[in-house]
Amino acid sequence: MTDATQTTPQRTAAAMSGPRGPKPRRRITPSNIMLYSILFVASVYYLLPLYVMVVTSLKGMPEIRLGNVFSPPVEVTFEPWVKAWSEACTGINCDGLSRGFFNSVNILIPSVVLSIAIASVNGYALANWKFKGSEVFFTILIFGAFIPYQVMIYPIVILLREMGQGISAVTGTDFRLMGSLWGLVIVHSIFGMPILTLLFRNYFTSLPDELFKAARVDGVGFWGIYFRIMLPMSLPIFVVAIILQVTGIWNDFLFGVIYTKPDTYPMTVQLNNIVNSVQGVKEYNVNMAATLLTGLVPLVIYFVSGKLFVRGIAAGAVKG
Amino acid sequence: MGNTTVRTAALEQQLVQDAAKAGIAASAATPSIEINDLKLSFGAFEVLKDLNLTVSQGEFLVLLGSSGCGKSTLLNCIAGLLDVSDGQIHIGGRNVTWEEPSERGIGMVFQSYALYPQMTVEGNLSFGLKNARVPKAKIAEKIAAAAKTLQIEPLLKRKPAALSGGQRQRVAIGRALVRDVDVFLFDEPLSNLDAKLRADLRVEIKQLHQTLGNTMIYVTHDQVEAMTLADRIAIMRGGNILQLASPNEIYSRPTCKYVAEFIGSPSMNFFEGTVTDNTFNSAAGSFDLQGYDFAAQTVPGQSAWLGIRPEHIAVGDAAAAEQNRMQAVVELVEPLGSDTLARARAGDQSIWVRMDGQAAIAPGDELALGFSASLANLFDKTSEERL
Repeated sequence: MTDATQTTPQRTAAAMSGPRGPKPRRRITPSNIMLYSILFVASVYYLLPLYVMVVTSLKGMPEIRLGNVFSPPVEVTFEPWVKAWSEACTGINCDGLSRGFFNSVNILIPSVVLSIAIASVNGYALANWKFKGSEVFFTILIFGAFIPYQVMIYPIVILLREMGQGISAVTGTDFRLMGSLWGLVIVHSIFGMPILTLLFRNYFTSLPDELFKAARVDGVGFWGIYFRIMLPMSLPIFVVAIILQVTGIWNDFLFGVIYTKPDTYPMTVQLNNIVNSVQGVKEYNVNMAATLLTGLVPLVIYFVSGKLFVRGIAAGAVKG
Repeated sequence: MGNTTVRTAALEQQLVQDAAKAGIAASAATPSIEINDLKLSFGAFEVLKDLNLTVSQGEFLVLLGSSGCGKSTLLNCIAGLLDVSDGQIHIGGRNVTWEEPSERGIGMVFQSYALYPQMTVEGNLSFGLKNARVPKAKIAEKIAAAAKTLQIEPLLKRKPAALSGGQRQRVAIGRALVRDVDVFLFDEPLSNLDAKLRADLRVEIKQLHQTLGNTMIYVTHDQVEAMTLADRIAIMRGGNILQLASPNEIYSRPTCKYVAEFIGSPSMNFFEGTVTDNTFNSAAGSFDLQGYDFAAQTVPGQSAWLGIRPEHIAVGDAAAAEQNRMQAVVELVEPLGSDTLARARAGDQSIWVRMDGQAAIAPGDELALGFSASLANLFDKTSEERL
């Protein structure tokens, strides 16, 4: 070490005075100002309506009539929230949104579980166990994602009716799929299939092929590889699928209004019925509270699993 | 196709000769792997064409070739990871053509290690055994033995993510080791490692082969790995085996120009010219072929390539004593420490020469070169087969 320093030639003053170390970065530059102002405007644009909704839902009706939409509530009241949850009337039922909430939960859980279970096995088979015509099968399945829902509505009505009658005939009971929660579960599972299969196939394709080969040498078959090798490695993509399905099914209105009846309406349909009722006074605070309540589930899911969501999307996208 | 069958017949004959030369004639009686007329095509594209190969018990065979030559495909066929289009595969005297990979009595090591990320090292090693319903005590015993052999005992409780590349590949080898199989298949196992580690693990694999005495088939595109590890090398190109012989034979008597060019770095120097009796005439001069061991009859004036390896060219004073001599001008010098490579030019011909590491040489220097015909190789101009 000492030898090295001794042999270093004397540095000139000019060589010492030049730039050295990390290049200094300015915080305030035109591009930064531009960037942050756009971000600010965008967030205001999205947050302002939410703010108005929250504020309005906490006001009493007299205060709302004053017309100061943006002013915070003078007297905070949770009355509208309680009313929206348990007292608001839709048709003959006056038990609020709670009925719709539990209907939605009853639709949501089996639909999400069923669609993800089937789609993940589909995706795994299409990615790793290529069979003759598997590419054609996959193409047809993906094509399904582009068929507009509207053309499917009536055929599905007939399908559910016939399936229900078939089951009734076999079991000797009066079983109806059309108008029941189970009918809707089937519809949601089918319509989730194309996009979820695509998602899972791309993810499983991105996993190293040699891992699959190693497992085959180690003597595990189709299900063994799926459950013991692939599943433990695919948490991120399952989170993505759950988020997609939960938000999609929770926010669904079209299928809910068509394939169920008033007793089994999901929350979104019920919300619509509360907000759009034309009789009596428009209770803006109750409407706002009801809307916020309905939107709460997807919101919570996003906040809880946001990080995993991004990771899963990225993992599927890199090597699709 | 006719050409291929002729070549395969010639190969088999050569195989017997090689076995006799290498002194493994006795063990050749018990082939460990036999591949008969193996064919594999994806649609109209033939990846493997009527391939025949016999590997003896305890032999270390290296499949060598550039990418796309079918070497990995052949290994996957032997492992049962790809269904063959035609032909048979026998392992340990049993026809395993239709058997699952796990039933073939093979262990496989992959380039990307292919360790199960969610399991510990111990879990990775025991996975195959658990699937085969081996009793717990027996599994523990085997893992302990494999861990000892590969010196991975302190790593058993770790996950693969917490291991270095070399450690991961050791674990991957361990996974094949615990399976107690006759045949080990390696699919470019060292390609993902850095140069130093690659050299270390190469030695360890060779050591392992000497200790275990298993049959091993090793796929690589690295000629150094092939030369150092193999008992025999199979050089593949376009789904065919071009030459199957001991490393020494492949190096000194390549059967065709492709093999001659492929093995050796820098590769063999080629002179284009004609052969008449015992003389080779080229633009770079006329060379005496007295002492060359002809493998085929030549017709006077036959167009041919003469190949001579950079390390077989004598330089300076030593060149004067050689049978054939020429003058060249140095163009480029690559000092490697242990030796020095130089590219020289004689007329239109550029010639690589390997010299002593301490050779004082600079571009522009005049160089006297010389070589002896016994170390040269002659190939037909059109068929590129050895003459």
